[in-house]
Amino acid sequence: MLLLVEKLGSLTLSILQEMGRMVNFIIYAFYLIIRSPAKPVHILKQIRFIGAKSFFVIFLTASFTGMVLGLQGYYTLAKFGSEGMLGSAVALSLIRELGPVLSALMVTGRAGSAISAEIGIMRITEQIDALETMALEPCKYLVSPKLLAAIISLPLLCAIFDVVGIYGGYLVGVKLLGVNPGAYFHEMEKSVEWKDVYSGIVKSVSFGVIIAWICCYKGYFAGHGAEGVSRATTAAVVMSSVMVLIWDYFLTSVLL
Amino acid sequence: MIKLVNVEKSFGSQVVLNKLNLEIPHGKITAVIGPSGEGKSVLLKHMIGLLRPDRGAVIVDGEDITRMGRDRLNHVREKFGMLFQNAALFDSMTVFENVAFPLEEKTRLSRAEIADRVHEALEHVGLKGVDKKFPDELSGGMKKRVGLARAVLLDPKIILFDEPTTGLDPIICRATHQLIKDTHVRFGFTAVVVSHEIPEIFDVSDMVAMLYRGEILEVGTPEQIQRSTHPVVRQFISGSLEGPIHLV
Repeated sequence: MLLLVEKLGSLTLSILQEMGRMVNFIIYAFYLIIRSPAKPVHILKQIRFIGAKSFFVIFLTASFTGMVLGLQGYYTLAKFGSEGMLGSAVALSLIRELGPVLSALMVTGRAGSAISAEIGIMRITEQIDALETMALEPCKYLVSPKLLAAIISLPLLCAIFDVVGIYGGYLVGVKLLGVNPGAYFHEMEKSVEWKDVYSGIVKSVSFGVIIAWICCYKGYFAGHGAEGVSRATTAAVVMSSVMVLIWDYFLTSVLL
Repeated sequence: MIKLVNVEKSFGSQVVLNKLNLEIPHGKITAVIGPSGEGKSVLLKHMIGLLRPDRGAVIVDGEDITRMGRDRLNHVREKFGMLFQNAALFDSMTVFENVAFPLEEKTRLSRAEIADRVHEALEHVGLKGVDKKFPDELSGGMKKRVGLARAVLLDPKIILFDEPTTGLDPIICRATHQLIKDTHVRFGFTAVVVSHEIPEIFDVSDMVAMLYRGEILEVGTPEQIQRSTHPVVRQFISGSLEGPIHLV
């Protein structure tokens, strides 16, 4: 019994320690953004990697998500004779929920894993130590630009996701299933308010922070060798995805 | 000058440095020798503050770096250059960008001036026409020379070499040692070389310290170490299988 309590205590302590380190890590990254910002070229490079290079996967995911929403929405609304509301249903689902969440999950899979692996490899090949020995702050080069880039890129990707998804729904609802095109857009305009768009932006900004934070942290403190990097990458993707979903619930309950 | 006073470091239950004391003389090349896995690289990392000791002090030019905050430690690190075991070149950058990186980040030199300094440094280490190559296109010896060019570029007062010749063939190994010696004569820095290349390291160094089981067993000139009667030092230098050092 005593052994069990001891083990539980040590597990709790190590979790608290890890959480403390993570919080320190993100606070220091934000502090560096303000105190000694990275060169714009480094930030632009990361925006290109996290944002621009995710465009195709976001486009693809958004179009099929919109199309599925069109199909499912039509099926449900037709039961109540409200097919005209399809545009509103598709747009609200995308703008409030699916756009921010799915774009964040796609970016986690595409860019988050790469960020974690890149930093992890730099750790195990002593490239991070090399930066330190040059009296340079590794976080300034490896973490802050990625954090800033994710904060800028995620809302933009989310906006692209929303627009492409709405047109995906339009394609299925209007062109395939015969919903009135005027009704599709009119109902959408009527029901979507600024607070819906605002909640989507707030969500995607915070998801950007979560993804960059967890993926950079896991890579930065990767264990030894190839196995260490592989474990860090897996943990980064799993933890980021789960955190995005958990945080989404809390934010939704606050922003509703 | 670097001074380590009663430095202790453990990783879990494994004691790596055990009340270690060592003084690195100014302007000389000091070699730290010892069997593999005895903590030579760990010792080197303590000198530049990459690792902090559990107990003890690491004094660089009169300041204890173990109690320093990040900013002050970075200030002290400006005195240092370091060549890592695997050169630790930034693999996403070309050779030119690797060598130019500290200049771009730490100085206000123009692009043309940086290019001149980089080409001069690469020429000094015997590398020409490799500017546009990436580290994974270079041999082990070339990587270390690029690492050396990068380490000396900001004229550091102290350079730490972590096994600079490990994995190199005997000719390149000798050439690298000679390069370290020539660079030392040219720039006049204090050098600490971690190595187990016996007897070549004796030709390069002014002082030799033998590390064994977390302690410095002996310090002396290469001649003194070569004449040592300590059984561990004797066995290590002769490379004999018989003696107090056991293979794990």
